[in-house]
Amino acid sequence: MSDYNFAYLDEQTKRMIRRAILKGLAIPGYQVPFASREMPMPYGWGTGGVQVSAATLTPDDTLKVIDQGADDTTNAVSIRKFFEKTAKVAVTERTAEATIIQTRHRIPEEDLTEDQILVYQVPIPEPLRFLEPSEVETRKMHALEEYGLMHVKLYEDIARHGEISTAYAYPVKVEDRYVMDPSPIPKFDNPKLEMAGIQLFGAGREQRIYALPPYTRVVSLDFEDHPFECTRAQEDCGLCGAGDSYLDEVIMDDAGARMFVCSDTDYCRARREAGHRGAMAGEGEAFA
Amino acid sequence: MKDMSVQDRPLLRVEGLTKFYGGRIGCEGVGFDLWPGEVMGIVGESGSGKTTLLNCLAGHLAPDAGRVLFDLDGEAVDTVTMSEPARRKLGRTDWAFVHQHAADGLRMNVSAGGNVGERLMAVGARHYGDIRASALDWIERVEIPGDRIDDRPTAFSGGMRQRLQIARNLVTGPRLVFMDEPTGGLDVSVQARLLDLLRGLVREMGLSAIIVTHDLAVVRLLADRLMVMKDGHVVETGLTDQVLDDPQHGYTQLLVSSVLQV
Repeated sequence: MSDYNFAYLDEQTKRMIRRAILKGLAIPGYQVPFASREMPMPYGWGTGGVQVSAATLTPDDTLKVIDQGADDTTNAVSIRKFFEKTAKVAVTERTAEATIIQTRHRIPEEDLTEDQILVYQVPIPEPLRFLEPSEVETRKMHALEEYGLMHVKLYEDIARHGEISTAYAYPVKVEDRYVMDPSPIPKFDNPKLEMAGIQLFGAGREQRIYALPPYTRVVSLDFEDHPFECTRAQEDCGLCGAGDSYLDEVIMDDAGARMFVCSDTDYCRARREAGHRGAMAGEGEAFA
Repeated sequence: MKDMSVQDRPLLRVEGLTKFYGGRIGCEGVGFDLWPGEVMGIVGESGSGKTTLLNCLAGHLAPDAGRVLFDLDGEAVDTVTMSEPARRKLGRTDWAFVHQHAADGLRMNVSAGGNVGERLMAVGARHYGDIRASALDWIERVEIPGDRIDDRPTAFSGGMRQRLQIARNLVTGPRLVFMDEPTGGLDVSVQARLLDLLRGLVREMGLSAIIVTHDLAVVRLLADRLMVMKDGHVVETGLTDQVLDDPQHGYTQLLVSSVLQV
């Protein structure tokens, strides 16, 4: 007998969150206010994502949690343990085996299927926030589709850096209607926002939930003469040799040595198990 | 503007515009016609209701009574009762508003070019090169050196900020400009330069403008017609020179005689 209700939150709270999720799915990209609860973790650690996951989980689900693509970082490990303890659900590190994936700042390299749900942790859901501090005004701008200001941010990028230098949290337009912050995923992941799985975004401190139903049209904003570009480090993964994945740069010593590895640890592991070898992979089972 | 069918009707017709603040009068029963290419000055002392009137005209305040009819494609549309999206659209296309404090009308954390370009992007411009070219053109037209285009307004002097605000407002070619004390808070030499610039732009673009000010010298230079307000009411109207040189109402006489002579 567990001392916790299933997935920590009480049933009424989960119903309230599910209503917000359903509304978000009905209006793709629209930020639905919800009564965010105090969670046993600090704001900024994924309180929004955890609440959305808790409301979405069923006892039959298999949960995967990633932080910057990795299954083994503090944030991912503690949230995974949290749900192991409070919901007693099965957990996995394998993308294909998971039914719900909670993520911070990445979309898994492997394509998701229609049977999977991706839950994002969102720090600041309002894409217009840094240019327009007033919430009243930004809501009005969303309501009236006045999105010129979003391009002012991109204009400033080009004026200052010669190109659109926004590399993460790159604003997108959903189904030709709402401009949405895709959470701080690298813009490399933006094209993957059009996917088969359901995507749910939870911002705990800001008390907003929004969503993308499967196969929703998501367009990254740009200028006609400065089109949107995906960027990644121009290297191959040092461990698995992948040339198409998003890479982390790892500093090896204080003499400038560095290596690039897949940020998606599960993708990298699967490739190495399939026999792929990168330039810096050792003879034995590196990182296994 | 060249079209005669447009010329024979006023650009803006105001009828019985009234705004109360609780029991106090903001402005009451104000009515006038503004014709294309005409500059109207509204003068009066502090608290006379001139800024209230301007905000009601520009849709920033909801008046309690009256109509503000704007000539939109040959049809007089009441901007008081029109939908908010339509009014906001008007505010970034056909209308412009120059605030007394440039910081209210500019985005201080966005470069000068971005400030001017915002209105273009708000009406759908999506070509960076074109937006930047128009922004540069306008920045130079208001006598700001072109190499300051990427500086933020926080790095500008008061006079430059005010000129930048004007550039930002005029870039989309509005037909009607509302100005609230555009020269307030500037020293006299900077004021003179700004007035010179404004006068040039108004003539060149055939703009209609409504200028609220307490500075009679400003209206003498810019305005064709004058409206004198006191305690929320219009006490005298007429051609600028006529009102200033031969004031009829006691208050106007007081106002004109109060100007300090150097």
